[in-house]
Amino acid sequence: MLLELEKVDCFYGDLQVVKQVSLHLKAGEVLCLLGRNGAGKTTLLKSIMGQVRRRGSIRLSGQPIENLSAHEIPKFGVGYVPQGRRLFSELTVRENLSIGEMARVKGQANLKDIFTLFPVLEKRLDQMSGTLSGGEQQMLAMARALCIGPKVLMLDEPTEGLMPQMIANIREVIVRLKQQGVGILLVEQRVEAVLSVADRIAFIENGLLQETVDRQQLEENDASLKKYIGI
Amino acid sequence: MDFGPFLFLATLEGLVQAAVLCLTALGLSLVFGVMRVVNVAHGEFYMLGAVLAYWVTSWLAGSPAIGFALALLIAPLLVGVIAYLSEKLVLRRLGYDPEATIVATIGILYILQQSALLTFGPDARPVEPPFYFRVEFPWFGYSGYKLIVVAAAAVLLALAWFVITRTRLGLIMRATQFDRQTAQNYGIDVNRVYALVFAAGAAFAAIAAVLIVPIQQAHYLMGGDPLLLAFIVVIIGGLGSVRGTLLAALLIGLSDGILSVFFSPTLAKMVSTTLVALVLVFKPEGLFGHRSRL
Repeated sequence: MLLELEKVDCFYGDLQVVKQVSLHLKAGEVLCLLGRNGAGKTTLLKSIMGQVRRRGSIRLSGQPIENLSAHEIPKFGVGYVPQGRRLFSELTVRENLSIGEMARVKGQANLKDIFTLFPVLEKRLDQMSGTLSGGEQQMLAMARALCIGPKVLMLDEPTEGLMPQMIANIREVIVRLKQQGVGILLVEQRVEAVLSVADRIAFIENGLLQETVDRQQLEENDASLKKYIGI
Repeated sequence: MDFGPFLFLATLEGLVQAAVLCLTALGLSLVFGVMRVVNVAHGEFYMLGAVLAYWVTSWLAGSPAIGFALALLIAPLLVGVIAYLSEKLVLRRLGYDPEATIVATIGILYILQQSALLTFGPDARPVEPPFYFRVEFPWFGYSGYKLIVVAAAAVLLALAWFVITRTRLGLIMRATQFDRQTAQNYGIDVNRVYALVFAAGAAFAAIAAVLIVPIQQAHYLMGGDPLLLAFIVVIIGGLGSVRGTLLAALLIGLSDGILSVFFSPTLAKMVSTTLVALVLVFKPEGLFGHRSRL
């Protein structure tokens, strides 16, 4: 198992936002977290990255990481693309990718492979990342995370605010990464995007993991969608 | 003396001041920019550099050049270590909270100042220049050492520029400056970067002090003026902007030098503080600054 969470609680100060969440992610699997705004999905990703106070067991490839500092976690092979991309906008595309490489435990990132997924970035290497279009910025955010050589990639709303063509590109990249054996933990609001790539869907409400279903189950019976998302 | 040569002399004096100010302000700007810490103790790191230079050179009183060269190595190193420990023992424990670190650095200011007073006494201490020579211009002769100070500062600033913009360490610093949380997502140990930047910032102030102390003398209260001027430079230049710091230091140093020679030092300070007020009103992030995500 690549990623295992067991009875994880997350806190902002004294406020508990995620309660007793247990889930797992296998290699080459896409697990999507679905829930309304404020349900605790982003907080759960942040807790895996060590950015919020958390309790419970978090294991990456069998190694416990719950007591590690935030900067130690990427070296276990976790790439995180946060909501809003959070690029270093005053650094060039090349420099952003170099930062991504810093978390690699060994070797250099295969930029050739990364440019196969995101060809436009190769032409923009010396451009300030803040001047890229929204879609290009999302590509760079994902490319930067891929420079780590991640076993687990966590994507927080990667299609937010993008044009349909760009959304299709992002979906295609997710599928290719999945085929390469990368485990993907995806937070997404757009249900059709989720259904097109996810293997399993975990519904989170008020910080609690309500249920986890296979995509096929959800396609056959959308009661969970109605119950937790209101669609 | 005619106006032209007089202006040239004032410009040279301004350049010396600007050179030292550049180094001092660069240290403050790095700390301010990367860590978002207002280091009120920065002037005391400058003072410590000067006092330690006196200590080292008086220890090797027979050979001023060797003593000065050693001071240029030892003083910044010791000041850097003191700053590193201050960061680790005080600022880190406060979680770099902006308000708390201001109070804490005021505390560090008094500890360093009073330690210097207790150890070296209240008298101003002279440090002999490493060499004496005069550069003869058609209208007057000028201290060769002062010109060397300008050249040394230029070399150090070029080196700092190279490290910040062209090396992996510089890239890590810039990434941390812009977004510390995202930097952590890529394996950057932000606490370590902060400790290094705080130590380097203090070491820059110490180097500036070692360079200027043969002209000014070492005294336990000498940290106030450089601190004020460095803050003026950092505010005008923009938080954490090396380019802004250099340009603002040149502007303030030259205007201070020229106005002090032609009019009075008080008018020079009035002009500097008016400039700060104008920048704060019309461009609060400074001429070359940018806002960061924390």
